[in-house]
Amino acid sequence: MLTLTINGQSRDVDVPEDMPLLWVLRDHLNLVGTKYGCGIAQCGVCTVHVGGKPVRSCQLAVGDVGTRAVVTIEGVGDTPNGARVQQAWMEGSVPQCGYCQAGQIMSATALLDSTPYPDDSDIDAAMAGNLCRCGTYIRIRRAIKNAATKSV
Amino acid sequence: MADIQSNSARSDAYLSALMREVRSIPAAEASLTVGRRAFFKLAGAGAAGLVLGFHLGDTAFAAEAVGGKDQPMNAFIRIAPDNTITIYSKCPEIGQGIKTSFGVIIAEELDADWNHVVMEQADINPKVYGSQGAGGSTSIPRAWDQLRQAGAGAKAMLIAAAAYQWKVDPSQITAKDSVLTHAASNRSATYGSLAVAAAKMPVPDLKSLKLKTRAEYRLIGKRYHGVDDPKVVRGQPLFGIDVQLPGMVYASYTKCPAAGGKVRSFNVDEIKAQRGVLDAFALDGTGVLAEVMPGVAIIAKDTWSAFQAKDKLKVDWDLSQASKDSTSQFSAEAKNLAANFPAKPDMNVGDVDKSFADAAKTVDAYYEYPFAAHAPLEPMNTTAHWHDGVMELWVPTQQPDRGLPLVAKVAGVPQSKIVMHQTRVGGGFGRRLVNDYTCEATAIAQKVNAPVKLQWTREDDFGHDFYRPAGYHQFKGAIDKDGRLDAWQEHFITFTADGKKEATGANLTDNLKYSIKAPNLRRAKTMFPLRIPTGAWRAPGDNAQVFAAQSFMHELSLASGRDHVEFLIDAVNRDVPALAPKDRSVNFSPKRVTDVIKMCAEKAGWGRKLSNGSGLGLAWCYSHAGHVAQAVELSVDADKRIKVERIVVVLDVGPIIDMAGSEAQAQGASTDALSTAMGLKVNIENGRIQEQNYNAYPILRLPFAPMTIDAYFIQSENPPTGMGEPAFPALAAALGNAIFAATGERVRRLPLRDLGYSLAV
Repeated sequence: MLTLTINGQSRDVDVPEDMPLLWVLRDHLNLVGTKYGCGIAQCGVCTVHVGGKPVRSCQLAVGDVGTRAVVTIEGVGDTPNGARVQQAWMEGSVPQCGYCQAGQIMSATALLDSTPYPDDSDIDAAMAGNLCRCGTYIRIRRAIKNAATKSV
Repeated sequence: MADIQSNSARSDAYLSALMREVRSIPAAEASLTVGRRAFFKLAGAGAAGLVLGFHLGDTAFAAEAVGGKDQPMNAFIRIAPDNTITIYSKCPEIGQGIKTSFGVIIAEELDADWNHVVMEQADINPKVYGSQGAGGSTSIPRAWDQLRQAGAGAKAMLIAAAAYQWKVDPSQITAKDSVLTHAASNRSATYGSLAVAAAKMPVPDLKSLKLKTRAEYRLIGKRYHGVDDPKVVRGQPLFGIDVQLPGMVYASYTKCPAAGGKVRSFNVDEIKAQRGVLDAFALDGTGVLAEVMPGVAIIAKDTWSAFQAKDKLKVDWDLSQASKDSTSQFSAEAKNLAANFPAKPDMNVGDVDKSFADAAKTVDAYYEYPFAAHAPLEPMNTTAHWHDGVMELWVPTQQPDRGLPLVAKVAGVPQSKIVMHQTRVGGGFGRRLVNDYTCEATAIAQKVNAPVKLQWTREDDFGHDFYRPAGYHQFKGAIDKDGRLDAWQEHFITFTADGKKEATGANLTDNLKYSIKAPNLRRAKTMFPLRIPTGAWRAPGDNAQVFAAQSFMHELSLASGRDHVEFLIDAVNRDVPALAPKDRSVNFSPKRVTDVIKMCAEKAGWGRKLSNGSGLGLAWCYSHAGHVAQAVELSVDADKRIKVERIVVVLDVGPIIDMAGSEAQAQGASTDALSTAMGLKVNIENGRIQEQNYNAYPILRLPFAPMTIDAYFIQSENPPTGMGEPAFPALAAALGNAIFAATGERVRRLPLRDLGYSLAV
């Protein structure tokens, strides 16, 4: 039995320690906002925050999470930057199919947490690991800038 | 099981049929479908009858409807006492924004208050809704009249109820923002207060409904947020992969890496002993690529256990009927064959040989593009529950209505025993026009005493796609002494699954046949037999053939010595009756082409002097009923790094329903096209797909995306047509033409990374 801190709550799970955090969230904790896309950290749709850093949850064994706090797309809206980013995403009508957007929002929020006023190269570096098959990149970039502008 | 050749043929016939279906745009006076009549009849039958319009399992809705809390007006509209209006979207949301656009169309005619409209996904019932597919950019044109009539019909019933209560003439009642008003007596009432009475009113004759003119629109044409965006950004369950049911188990399915291979045996005892595994078994399947091919199912407690066990799977494949296709061989053979123009042309207009003999100039060129995978980000999945003689499914599909009979066939039950719930779809691009994964889940569910979610891995997804076929074009063109396009000869080397006609997506498109209007024109094809399944890939055929045709057109305009834009406009306006569409429902219009080219040239600053190493390219297409021109401005450095400065796309798809959504499609399709032209290619060797994941399939990433893509719409007085595809095909040609303008090097082969090009940040 492992105890995880997810979105501010303590959650017990009975899973093998080598199971990727992604599948623990999706299949065992009913937190399906974090998506499966490639399983090899190439697409970014599984991005969550662990200890405040963006990680690809398909590559992180749940046994290695330890006591670090996990934040998922379901909980990131409770953080100031997460709420701003989600708002900017809605105002900018970013999603098309929407499947990658949870991961995009997690990466964008982590960017604003570390770099409140990112320039284009900061955005490039932070978002290069998140694929969007629909090609919403122009609106993603704009939404990040709009969210940053709203930071206090 | 029949041999693989006929399997492919059956699969191909299926796909060809559905592609014809999705391509056929209704004429402006689209006739009524059975479904449309059906729902109005049901509406007249009262609340209890209306429940029939919905699927068997929706007891909550049935209770509400019977209890009269929310009043269904017809199968699309439900009105609550608090004036909340629920509108059902009948087609799959695959990222094209249809759930928003369909709502706007209905709300417009209903004169609903958009701020109090809730959009819901309709379940799958073609008898009620008619076509429920999303493909070929046809959702809007096919539903346009049906949805407007649904809105106008419900509004007429509300007005009739108010007129009866107020004892006034219905024509004196006006509707706005979900409120009816009789100005003369200063009376008004909300739709919510009238809904119960309205549902008892006679259903209006559809012909009597007066639909709005464009000048009367309040909602159509404005900018909208996606109706599901709040759920998307908060990670709430929407997609097929998100389905969770009590007691659900998880499945993986492993097919032969070479299409057509059969299971002889597998390490069943070892697999069943793996952690978390509940069962494992082989399926013979139906042997049809679009249904269930042979494979091994692993049932487990969770997805990870199913995937882990799949990695341990050792299958002894019978490869006697398996594909041995090789793309490197196809490519080499095509080049050798190209110069041998077949004796029997498919099309022969005028006198091509005489034109070549009399020409001021002739140009020869050979173009090639590769196979491509769809690779939508949500891997294929379906949740299926076989219970009480019913197969209940939750499916992220583009063609649920087409899936119904296949599921019934696989399950061996009548279609009335299939309950299909449409989920949001994490990317379509044509992949999910095929319901193979749904058929697999059906077959697996019948062997599992629980709801089961079949989840493909990304490697399954790459390895078992219905690929965009490669193609090879040998062109010869002639310019006459006046600098006009005089002849076009094209030898198209393509693929066949059945040995008779082109494989799905491998035919030269009708769109291109209308578009290239040389007075002397000759086309022929050579087909390689192919066992790897092909399919519809965003803007099927056009997505690559337009690259070849519009790049060669640029070569011809350069040979003519005339301005490219002037040359294109002259060519498309030639009167060549033999090339005009025979089908009167085809809306191809040289004038609309001319208008988009002119506007694109103007917006892109055509004719400007650019600095050394920079170039502006322009191309156009007629695709999926849209008329489109695209321009790319770029610079290329000494290391062949391309900096895209700007993309301009001008479309005429008639009136725009949702301006924000249409811009998103124009930008997204242009970005997708840039991504595909730059990097996407699938190699097949010995029947096996070489690319297994995104690390080998470089979809464009954010740092390389253009900073601006300017979309402009000519909202001509024509019925609206779809936006999912038209902004794709011309981009690659505009890109190649711009590279030529910048460097003098002609791009005749895709992807560009094979020629040493890359995108600069």
